[in-house]
Amino acid sequence: MEAIRLEALSKKYKDTVAVDSLSLTIRKGELFSLLGVNGAGKSTTIKMLSCLTKPTSGNAFLGGKSICREPADVKAQIAVSPQETAVAPGLSVRENLALMCGVQGFSRDRKRTKIAEISHQLGLDSVMEKRAETLSGGWKRRLSIAMALISEPQILFLDEPTLGLDVLARSELWDLIRSLKGKVTVILTTHYMEEAEALSDRIGIMRDGRLLICDTAEAIKRTAGTDSFEEAFIRIVKEVEK
Amino acid sequence: MRMLAFAKRNALEILRDPLNLIFGLGFPLVLLILMNAIQSSIPVPLFELSRLVPGITVFGLSFMTLFSASLIAKDRKSALLCRLYTTKMTPTDFILGYTLPVLPLCAAQCVICYAVAIALGLDMTVHILYAVLLIVPVSVFYIALGLLCGSVLSDKQVGGICGALLSNLSAWLSGVWFDLELVGGFFRRLASYLPFLHAVELERAVLAGNFEAILPHLLPVLGYAAVFLILAVVLFLRQMKNS
Repeated sequence: MEAIRLEALSKKYKDTVAVDSLSLTIRKGELFSLLGVNGAGKSTTIKMLSCLTKPTSGNAFLGGKSICREPADVKAQIAVSPQETAVAPGLSVRENLALMCGVQGFSRDRKRTKIAEISHQLGLDSVMEKRAETLSGGWKRRLSIAMALISEPQILFLDEPTLGLDVLARSELWDLIRSLKGKVTVILTTHYMEEAEALSDRIGIMRDGRLLICDTAEAIKRTAGTDSFEEAFIRIVKEVEK
Repeated sequence: MRMLAFAKRNALEILRDPLNLIFGLGFPLVLLILMNAIQSSIPVPLFELSRLVPGITVFGLSFMTLFSASLIAKDRKSALLCRLYTTKMTPTDFILGYTLPVLPLCAAQCVICYAVAIALGLDMTVHILYAVLLIVPVSVFYIALGLLCGSVLSDKQVGGICGALLSNLSAWLSGVWFDLELVGGFFRRLASYLPFLHAVELERAVLAGNFEAILPHLLPVLGYAAVFLILAVVLFLRQMKNS
């Protein structure tokens, strides 16, 4: 069953084509990664899918709802963990989670239950009363994802979730992302090849706003004729240059 | 519900910043006590409590502009707003969420200034209550200015423009610290076209029980508050779209 369908989705900024007629289908519960060099169009694609910016042409359907015609219905089923750590710095971890519950319109009981559930699920129990500004980068990312998950989204956008984290924090976050597989449709953007390879069911590689290839990591390596995923990525992206 | 959750968060962010408390509450109180001490030694009509306190309660609001502008600019920088834009929150939720929590802070600042002034010898009359009530439209102007600055400036620019420029404008052109009639000329005319002087004179008139003088000063304050609120909403929505 499909969770997301993109139909010739395009975005132009004056003379620049950020996303060029992108068509793609992502299955429910799938962990899909978008890879590409800077300016490839990954973030613009995420912004369009999360209704932050309108496409110039084309359309996309999330859970059958159009981003152009039914943005409120789309917003009801998604959550975004932005590239930067988007938390309220002066609030405690608990208060940050409560803020998102309030923004989602949860009742008092549901708020209490969800906060307990998500803090346990993401291992935040030990830092619940700490202010977000005092947390390390890894904990902030974890909180950021918890704030996205607390709304029980069907589709979760993770934009560079492990950027700047140390090896241990990244490994812990990978475990967390893996645990979401099958339950939530996850769209991940990353610059780390090993991250995409380790976590994704399928990977789409973008360049200059276009989707160059979309397949499993193994299939992409086979297509590129190499055993290394990083090498496969480089070959595919450079092939377009020629 | 959504707006209230957001407003609560904004109130907590402002109240938990010690610099906000120092400048928002401490600084006006220090000025009040200091000017009152000077007045005790060298009497100047401008610094009599009945004229000084209304001025300080208005001048103190320029810090509220700084607080709300800083909060919005930081939220824009941290991408927290970007996250919230992907929820079902409406533009009204955002604008009210940033505006409403600052209003009680403005009123509280005013009440505390009057409480200290009473301790220093200001007569306790019902006019003080009216002065606190009429600080609300003045506060709306200052908050709208903060919303506007926060929507277009970076967090660093907010510090310079709201922290230095605006508080100086609010001080020089309001007649709190010197009599504008003594300066006269263009400076006096400029002050009469801007809302700062009218806000101070409005509060002075209310405290003095000079109710006939309220409307001529209230109208320009309300006008500026309405214009800046509309501008702030337009610019906030524009940055919301651009982000």
